[in-house]
Amino acid sequence: MKADPKGVLTGSHYLDGDHACCEGALAAGCRFVSGYPITPSTEVVERFSSRVPVVGGVFIQMEDELASSIALQGAVWAGKKAMTVTSGPGFSLMMEHIGLAAMTECPCVFVNVQRGGPSTGLPTQPAQADMMQARWGSHGDYEIIAMSPSSPQECFDFMIDAFNIAEKYRVPVMFMMDECVGHMIERVTIPEADDIEVTERNYTSLPPGEYLPFKPVENMVPEMCKVGDGHRIHVTGLTHDERGYPAMNHMAQEEQVGRIVRKIREQADDIVRYEEFEVDDAEVVVLSYGITHRVAVEAVQKARAGGLKVGMLRLIVVWPFPEKRIAQLAEQGKALVVAELNYGQVFFEVDRCARGKAPVVLAGHGGGTVHETDFIVSKIEEAARVGK
Amino acid sequence: MSVNEELKAAVQAQDVQPGADGHPMEDFLRMDRIPHIWCPTCGIGVVVNCFARALEKLGLDLDDVAVVSGIGCTGRVAGYVKIDSFHTTHGRAIPFATGLKLAKPKQKVVVISGDGDLVSIGGNHFVHAARRNVDITVICVNNFNYAMTGGQVAATSPTNSILTTSPYGNFETPFNLPFLAESVGATYVARWTALHIHRQTEAMIEALNKPGFTFVEILAPCPTIFERRNKFGDGLERLNYYYEHSEIKHGEPTANVDIGLRSKITVGKFVDKDRPTWLDAMNSHLKRKLGDRFTPYEG
Amino acid sequence: MRIREHQKPFGFEKPSRPHGRIVVIDERCKGCGFCVEYCPQDVLELSARFNKKGYHPPEAVHEAACVHCGFCRMICPEFAIYTVEDVPVIG
Repeated sequence: MKADPKGVLTGSHYLDGDHACCEGALAAGCRFVSGYPITPSTEVVERFSSRVPVVGGVFIQMEDELASSIALQGAVWAGKKAMTVTSGPGFSLMMEHIGLAAMTECPCVFVNVQRGGPSTGLPTQPAQADMMQARWGSHGDYEIIAMSPSSPQECFDFMIDAFNIAEKYRVPVMFMMDECVGHMIERVTIPEADDIEVTERNYTSLPPGEYLPFKPVENMVPEMCKVGDGHRIHVTGLTHDERGYPAMNHMAQEEQVGRIVRKIREQADDIVRYEEFEVDDAEVVVLSYGITHRVAVEAVQKARAGGLKVGMLRLIVVWPFPEKRIAQLAEQGKALVVAELNYGQVFFEVDRCARGKAPVVLAGHGGGTVHETDFIVSKIEEAARVGK
Repeated sequence: MSVNEELKAAVQAQDVQPGADGHPMEDFLRMDRIPHIWCPTCGIGVVVNCFARALEKLGLDLDDVAVVSGIGCTGRVAGYVKIDSFHTTHGRAIPFATGLKLAKPKQKVVVISGDGDLVSIGGNHFVHAARRNVDITVICVNNFNYAMTGGQVAATSPTNSILTTSPYGNFETPFNLPFLAESVGATYVARWTALHIHRQTEAMIEALNKPGFTFVEILAPCPTIFERRNKFGDGLERLNYYYEHSEIKHGEPTANVDIGLRSKITVGKFVDKDRPTWLDAMNSHLKRKLGDRFTPYEG
Repeated sequence: MRIREHQKPFGFEKPSRPHGRIVVIDERCKGCGFCVEYCPQDVLELSARFNKKGYHPPEAVHEAACVHCGFCRMICPEFAIYTVEDVPVIG
């Protein structure tokens, strides 16, 4: 389905990542945002609050992140595409409701413009240290999808993808930006509405009485509905059966909770997304995502120029993780380098997937600023030395 | 035919033969989940009964109603009513209801939840939704403790109540819920007990009909925990206690209606005023500021 | 009930009052006693029989006095009792 032109600011703009993210949401059809201010994400909702009265929709600044993270789910069940926006400390507060969204299979987007942590950390400076939290932050077993843009243009483009994939898999999507991408101003080209593909919510056409809100139909995903359609649904965070009624036993747990895990894990091949650059002959492959990718590109080029056979892989969808590809790269190459703005998060995932076939070197950084190119180059050289 | 005979014939002509069970509530309840989990002589079932009656009297199409609840004994209400219902997280029924209502203003959204859920963990949300005058109705079943988890002391437990986390008696001062609701901006505030079935139904009708944040507190017996531990007997004895101790004082200043462990209970309709709802305020304000550029929001 | 016999309200030959027939769904009852205690006409008592859960469901001992007021239906927390409108009682 084509995007609603009312929400598409076609043209060529100079926007920072936060602003581009807001435009991406509007283009994707998001018409409800519940937010709470937190640096460095606030600009997303500030822009939304000024755009939405013209585009049509609702922005409500809630009293805290706990409220924002559940208000958007109410809006989803009432038929809207919805998102909320936050950074590290707010993300931690939202964890319970991310679990609720996963459990109730609520399609929505949570934007986290990451900043230095832990705790209050570095509010105005970048980091990428919430990546594991995006995946494991809430209690219990569940799977989410997480994306990582590296430029304001991607903040626009990938937001549309995030909303689309949320609808396809009926899952909350974590949009993991960082302060640097969020606050850098670059050219953002927004196409015509007709050139933007948005995925409509998969509403059921079954009559009331036949529709079951948690019965998988296609892609292990149930059809959706909204209040007032006559289905008289019951939605609960308790382990439930296909009707949505609480069913607190291990069989329902296996069927429902097992399914929300499997629907992502078993279809990960269709969901993973990454870009590769010169990996075919690479002995060392540098893996990165988000803002670090921008620095890593330069490092890889410098290393190549210095005679090393280096390639790179850039994660676009971070969760589910491209396990198979990493295993292949570990098999065919000599070593892997993971460059990320933290003390090791995706690094552990890469190391696990390498299965000991190749050493994995971490080019970590606590955040506050981005990597120095030469630091990554030095890690590439180290990897070349310790590689098999 | 005499008038009496006509009347007799008219009654017999009605299809009053009950079906399998025939209880008038059946259309309203998820019969496949009855019997419910509430204890014998618990008052929550009575509140559900009155709520059903209120909806019936209002003549609302049940497709146009949504019930949102939190966690706790009263939170389970959402699971028993055959309405689009949402059993959300502890304390967060109100923001969920806010999102639901704002995304679909035509839906009548009712929050039915317990005292611990709504004003302790959910206190912040209660305060802000009332301040904003979001158009939802909040029915708070107050049994003075956190019943589902075994009877811990709550922000509404009267001073000196004995509960599992106040084994020597509660030394805190509880909330006076109508006072709280009025002070944060609720447009309708009423308190009744589970015994006052007709009055609580009327209160629910008025609250549902009235735009804005409307609040109805209903005191209900919790025989297994609160009543037992504080020597109030079972639910029936507690209803007798309500009968003897409740005083109807419509319009009473809410500051005066706090509840002591063995004091009088002031019930009645305390607040009934008008104020623009959040959506009314949003639409009128933005229309004024933006003129034709504004796209009015109706859902 | 006192009925002022010299009056003829609403054109009826004799005043009539509504009447109900009590229906108890035995298996749902938890013997709370709310209906018994609060029926304004004292129609109900807890019976001697047991339901499957071991409670004594109520029974109508003065069914003629029932005025179909609906109090038992609304006060019952278990949705276990209601009245069905029956032929109005004259006089």
